[in-house]
Amino acid sequence: MRVAVPVFPGSNCDHDALHASGVVMGWDTHPVWHQETRLPEGTDLVFIPGGFSYGDYLRCGAIAALSPIMGDIKRHAENGGLVFGVCNGFQILCEANLLPGALLRNESLRFIHQQVHIRVERADLPFTSAMKAGQVMQVPIAHAEGNFTLDASELLDLEARGGVAFRYCDATGQVGEAQTPNGAANGIAGIVNLRGNVLGMMPHPERAVEPEMGGVDGLGIFRSLARRAQCPVSK
Amino acid sequence: MKVRVLVSLKAGILDPQGKAVEQGLHGFDFEVEHLRIGRLIEMEIPTHSPDEARSQAQAMCDKLLVNPVMEKATIEVL
Repeated sequence: MRVAVPVFPGSNCDHDALHASGVVMGWDTHPVWHQETRLPEGTDLVFIPGGFSYGDYLRCGAIAALSPIMGDIKRHAENGGLVFGVCNGFQILCEANLLPGALLRNESLRFIHQQVHIRVERADLPFTSAMKAGQVMQVPIAHAEGNFTLDASELLDLEARGGVAFRYCDATGQVGEAQTPNGAANGIAGIVNLRGNVLGMMPHPERAVEPEMGGVDGLGIFRSLARRAQCPVSK
Repeated sequence: MKVRVLVSLKAGILDPQGKAVEQGLHGFDFEVEHLRIGRLIEMEIPTHSPDEARSQAQAMCDKLLVNPVMEKATIEVL
């Protein structure tokens, strides 16, 4: 499994991504500076890390979405390659039009950092195949702009096509407004594109991959990706 | 030409920042409602044609300045 972790000025979760992918999973993992125009040859997965790319200027992820490396990331996605964006990475994928919607300021206006529960809504994705639909994961969130929004008709479309990969819930898997920490529409924590190869989520599974981190539930996603790497689906 | 682009949140998009400021003003006993916060972008576009300046600014909105999921823009050529 060859993984590229694009690094933008202001990325600050790139080392979390590199650690989870390179050290915990033992994958061939390469940081890629945003000024590069090509991903490493043979990249299977692009893991866009969290942070505050370009200081969140204009809108979160808006400037990073224009970076030179994004052209090759879009090509990679168009060719069926895997793209995984966490937190600011999710915001960048939305701004780059690789995923629908936008992440607004949290309803409470506060930066929220806490452990949350999310429910796996789709277990048939390369990112979730080692888990079960309805499974509850405990993972941390740390963001000020995670309030997912989409206009009403597009939201209906997203739900109808099964575009929601993860939803905020309580420990028993119950979803609802009270279980949604940031005001996100329909409690959405993560979404996937139509083809199922581009996933963005606000929670940080890469920060829940070793017992020392307080939990290992994030491994479900990485084990799913590992399974995909062992039996690659046609690109 | 000098151009101003006013970027504001679309109707129906929650504006928690505007709500917080509105509540702050209520704290000073101002009667105010529906307060929304936007962003003002000013720039010089090197042309003498107002139409050209407007179409350039519109193109900038489409490419970068506005996220159509949540925002709309008003362009003013000065």
